[in-house]
Amino acid sequence: MIRNTVISVHNLVKKFGKFIANDHLNFEVYEGEIFGFLGANGAGKTTAIRILSGLSAPTSGEVIVAGFNAKKQPEKIKKSIGYMCQKFSLYEDLTVRENIMLYGGIYGMSKKEIRERTKSLLVRLHYEAYGDRLIASLPLGLRQKLAFSVAVLHEPRIVFLDEPTGGVDPITRRQFWEMIYETAARGITVFVTTHYMDEAEYCDRVSIMSEGRIVALDTPAGLKDQYHSESVEEVFIKITRPGKN
Amino acid sequence: MKRFLGFVKKEFLHIFRDYRTMIILFGIPAAQILLFGFVVRTDLENARIAFLDLSRDEVTLKLSDKICSSGFFSRGEYLTSYKDVDQVLRGSKIKAVVIFEEDFSTKLTGEGKAAISIITDGSEPNMATLTTNYITAIINDFNRDLAGTAANGVLLVQPEVSMFYNPSLKSQFMFVPGVITLIMILICALMTSITITREKEFGTMEVLLVSPLKPIQIILGKVLPYFILSFIDVILILLLSWLVFGLPVKGSLALLLAESMLYILMSLSLGILISTVARTMQQAIFISLVGMMLPTILLSGFIFPIENMPKVYGWISSILPPRYFIVIIKNIMIKGTGFLYVWKETLILVMFTFAFIGLAIRNFKIRLQ
Amino acid sequence: MPADCLISARHVSKSFGAINALNDLSFNVREGEIFGFIGPDGAGKTTLFRIITTLLLPDEGEMTIMGLDIRNGFRELRKNIGYMPGRFSLYLDLSVGENLNFYATVFGTTVRENYELIRDIYSHIEPFEKRLAGKLSGGMKQKLALSCALIHKPALLVLDEPTTGVDAASRSEFWEMLKKLRPYNITIIVSTPYMDEAMKCDRVALIQEGKILSIDEPEKIRDGFSRKLFSIRASDKYKLIVALRAFPGTVTAYPFGDSVHVTFKGDGLENSVYEYLSQTGLKDVIIQETRAGIEDRFLELME
Repeated sequence: MIRNTVISVHNLVKKFGKFIANDHLNFEVYEGEIFGFLGANGAGKTTAIRILSGLSAPTSGEVIVAGFNAKKQPEKIKKSIGYMCQKFSLYEDLTVRENIMLYGGIYGMSKKEIRERTKSLLVRLHYEAYGDRLIASLPLGLRQKLAFSVAVLHEPRIVFLDEPTGGVDPITRRQFWEMIYETAARGITVFVTTHYMDEAEYCDRVSIMSEGRIVALDTPAGLKDQYHSESVEEVFIKITRPGKN
Repeated sequence: MKRFLGFVKKEFLHIFRDYRTMIILFGIPAAQILLFGFVVRTDLENARIAFLDLSRDEVTLKLSDKICSSGFFSRGEYLTSYKDVDQVLRGSKIKAVVIFEEDFSTKLTGEGKAAISIITDGSEPNMATLTTNYITAIINDFNRDLAGTAANGVLLVQPEVSMFYNPSLKSQFMFVPGVITLIMILICALMTSITITREKEFGTMEVLLVSPLKPIQIILGKVLPYFILSFIDVILILLLSWLVFGLPVKGSLALLLAESMLYILMSLSLGILISTVARTMQQAIFISLVGMMLPTILLSGFIFPIENMPKVYGWISSILPPRYFIVIIKNIMIKGTGFLYVWKETLILVMFTFAFIGLAIRNFKIRLQ
Repeated sequence: MPADCLISARHVSKSFGAINALNDLSFNVREGEIFGFIGPDGAGKTTLFRIITTLLLPDEGEMTIMGLDIRNGFRELRKNIGYMPGRFSLYLDLSVGENLNFYATVFGTTVRENYELIRDIYSHIEPFEKRLAGKLSGGMKQKLALSCALIHKPALLVLDEPTTGVDAASRSEFWEMLKKLRPYNITIIVSTPYMDEAMKCDRVALIQEGKILSIDEPEKIRDGFSRKLFSIRASDKYKLIVALRAFPGTVTAYPFGDSVHVTFKGDGLENSVYEYLSQTGLKDVIIQETRAGIEDRFLELME
């Protein structure tokens, strides 16, 4: 099967003064893939995601996201991606519908289009009753699922999820992953970071960063083979704490 | 005690490590005073004065020469009638008009007194006050020169402010007392309420509460560093205004410092009270700024005299502690009066302090809400 | 109440307005054990820990710690509790050493006096003693906060989500450190949303929406899973889940890493599932019986 590349990173370097946050990163992500982007705290994940989503320019190297150059066309990248993180996703003092209207408007969707998608989104999530409730009044799990739906409302080519499932209950976490599978099956690439190592096993491929470099990149099964480990967690510890075990 | 000192040490570390705190503590007061001193100097060197000399004798000529050769003023128009005074003040760059009454020197030698009026432009209240003060000082000097001469008498100075926009500026507009009043409440109330709410926000308060530290130790530990630093601030402001601007404290310095301590204590207890109500730094800042700073600037008599406010504002201002401190500090610094004249205001400040401390202790939770 | 009981809670409830944060909790924590409260955000873990640290009073119910009532004995209790709140409770504008010294002074001790206790933990960050706490990485902050909570040698160590937001390697190190505190007979209660961390505790309480779902040793909680559990794999996971959900013989089907955990009606493997799945176009299906984990049991209890 030939897969289209949606993210292509070639020798990406990002420096802050003397500090090298990203040290020659090289990887590709394919259309409809669920790509797990793991790394220790401070390994440079956040920096890389900022570059990939057009928020910051690389110091050197070539980064192509959704067909656009991260250095020259960051605005075009921003239109082709969705983004959701744990800390901030939806405005708590707006209702569900108002949030959807807002994001739809930001991505230049027409009123009619937004209204239709809002309706189908609420039906799909069984949230019809919640349309006019304030986000603040919804349970965390529900909010996170909603935030994800809003992040893909405009059918982006790629959606970036930064620790999307932190602290949610196990059932919601599974429902969330099912939504991710469904989104990927539609051809949207899902680029996800997480501290739950068992979640890494849900991904098609996983990269592990340590001290600014991508040390390993493979399918979860491939990584476990390569590092003679039982789980991705074991692989992760072997990579980020090489002195141990 | 060791626990408490450890706590105080930590507070000092917070303060010295954060340059923004240091700027608020020392930079802003210094800048205010220096700015003021700077403005005063340049302007008074060039202030143009007009004269309406209804007597035109030896003494009036001598005096007007003395005023104009002081280096602060330059000679403007000679007016011939009262009608011109208003026009001159309105139209040109004249900052003040000095009027000598008729038969000036005759009255001075005959009756032993003669009157001079100084008319200034009230639309620039700061300028008006300064000009009046300077001219009065020159005339007082002249009085001393007269002593022992034939024209042994007293020149009565009647400062009059001609109002264009602010037609009843009675109280002397003095910047330094205002700055002290404002800065103290800013530093004490705002800074203490911020440092306590910061601990709430960062979750460190939880651990402090669980520790064997008593609430009173936490409160005192927060207050003590700011008490010391605010007091240094008062001294700094007084010193600067004296060195740069030449503003002396007319009354008792000891009394002024003691009253300042009381005011600082009052502001600190207010800050603690605010912090027991506010849950976040944002709320604390909001309450301190909107609740304290603005009313202090607008309603405490700092800029607008209380006598001319609509009644409602007058009532509001009477529950503002700074209002009373402004009276105290103006009395001591500028009028040079003693404790007898300010005991009422002092008592009110003491009562405010006790009320704030009482409320703060009642509100301070040994547990979380 | 067992003799070696350090915390005893009876019918503890707490509400905030209309929200029932804790609903009739009863449990015992034994002296010297590592006791975990496992549950998602909003389960009531932080509220419970604030009651244990005497920062909040329960609306109803009794709780004694070390024989002291939390209502009356809070002054004495506070001296014996080491508490690490959810957000690490460090002064970010103070250095590593200043933070540790401050907490030591506040609790009436010195770093030197109890250095032995924190040596293993603190030695990781000691080289950065002069660095401001705000400049530390998540894992290092966590180690410093733990050192600060331990510095007065408390009888009870209360750790509220110490591993949240910290990477997997630092998390695993953190649990090793807790294990090393065993010789000092410190009772440790710890909360976490990570189900897999339950396995590192002596006993755990699964908690959800203010209620305790189950309290036991982790292995016994796993054994509590009532049905036979099967792990099913195929290369197209999404299709597999959809198909298993639609299969009439399925009771539950949840994605678990690279497989789907399934229980069937009749509690055995429904052999017709092979045929059903291959009809939907899934060719490379592998089915194995598997042992339930804590999370499987949690999911079962949530149903």
